[in-house]
Amino acid sequence: MIPSQFKYLRAQSVEEAITMLQETHGEGKILAGGHSLVPLLKFRITTPGTLVDITRIPGLKDVRIDGDRLLVGALKTHYEISKDETIIDNIPALAKTASETGDLQVRNYGTIGGNIVHGDPVADYPAIALALDAELKVEGEDGTEMLPVDGFALGPLITMMPENAIVTEVSFEIPPAHAEQTYLKYTHPATGYPLVGVAAIAGTGDDGTIDYIRVGVTGVSDVSYRARPVEEFLMGREPSEELIKEAAELAVEDAEMGSDLFASPEYREHITKIYVKRALYEVLK
Amino acid sequence: MNNELVNVSITLNGEKVSAEVEPRMLLIHFIRDIMNATGSHIGCDTSQCGNCTILVDGRSTKSCTVLAVHADETEVITVEGIGTTENLHPIQKAFWEEHGLQCGYCTPGAMMASIDFLSQNPDPTDDEIREGLDGIICRCTGYEFIVNAVRSAAKMMNDDSAVKGEV
Repeated sequence: MIPSQFKYLRAQSVEEAITMLQETHGEGKILAGGHSLVPLLKFRITTPGTLVDITRIPGLKDVRIDGDRLLVGALKTHYEISKDETIIDNIPALAKTASETGDLQVRNYGTIGGNIVHGDPVADYPAIALALDAELKVEGEDGTEMLPVDGFALGPLITMMPENAIVTEVSFEIPPAHAEQTYLKYTHPATGYPLVGVAAIAGTGDDGTIDYIRVGVTGVSDVSYRARPVEEFLMGREPSEELIKEAAELAVEDAEMGSDLFASPEYREHITKIYVKRALYEVLK
Repeated sequence: MNNELVNVSITLNGEKVSAEVEPRMLLIHFIRDIMNATGSHIGCDTSQCGNCTILVDGRSTKSCTVLAVHADETEVITVEGIGTTENLHPIQKAFWEEHGLQCGYCTPGAMMASIDFLSQNPDPTDDEIREGLDGIICRCTGYEFIVNAVRSAAKMMNDDSAVKGEV
């Protein structure tokens, strides 16, 4: 399959990329890892007039800590995230998510920025991104703004991404050190995507009650979501098997389950509750 | 339309090559049709099967999902670049000895992915091999002999430190 024709531009800086996008008058698209974009180009689902390649822009692969937040350069590949010491030390569930995204070859090319901006509801990252209040650093013609990942995706491949702008960094809240973290995924055997993916981070205080709890769910609905009813139910309570079972029942409360040839909404509800329960067991054991 | 050509220069199996191509040309087509290195195969053409897997700057890559111009200035290694008939790469030797193939169509991609996988995990368990080769689809073998081949290659490469890590 051959993409339709387009013009190729290579940006050397963020400013240059924004200018290049402006000059395409809405016909331009960003090329990062390309592992979401190139398949769409080949199917001609998207036919941009110009591709602006941002992969040669220096500095977009940095990982650093700023206060209580971990900042990951948008061009960091899934492979690089899975091996990065700072990420493993602070948000191991993010490294785990990256190591289970796609397959060996895809992880070498795909980037975290591209993955999130693509807005695919079956992507892996949204679970941990939603759980840890991730924000996208968006640099554009009107300056720089931080867009929360919660609310960024409006539907499959439809996002709040402004025109003539690029995401340069993804910022995550670093959970407290005593909190346990996991990303648990039921992988569809053919696609490799999560049929359901659950990021759970939880900690208990000195009195034995839960003082930190975050749950993000991806793969099952048109928009990945934060399971706030589960969090609210568990906060301040003493973890037990019974309590976790009850909490997991609330995992689909705020969500509208999707339906496709892989799974019915009923099955998705069922499997979401099971995976939330298992993830909670893991972090509250 | 936008049919301006762009220059793509890569190092292909140690040799510097370049050509003027359309920006929409895929890396696999650049390698096979322009550079006539036809060892890498096109299977599904939808980044599933991994039959087009090559190494770009040392890392395995599905070359049907990369634009040639995106890979400009990189070092590319295909199955033609890893060994010779007289001096097979350990991964080739292992696939041969363990019969890690039937029709052979996926074999170049499977071997290139295995090289990258073993560079990350030189002493894998069978489960790790299966997980590592998740991005390769073989419709003949049922994977059993491929796993045997990768396990055998790992042993060969670990036993012979002179070969270890060499691509």
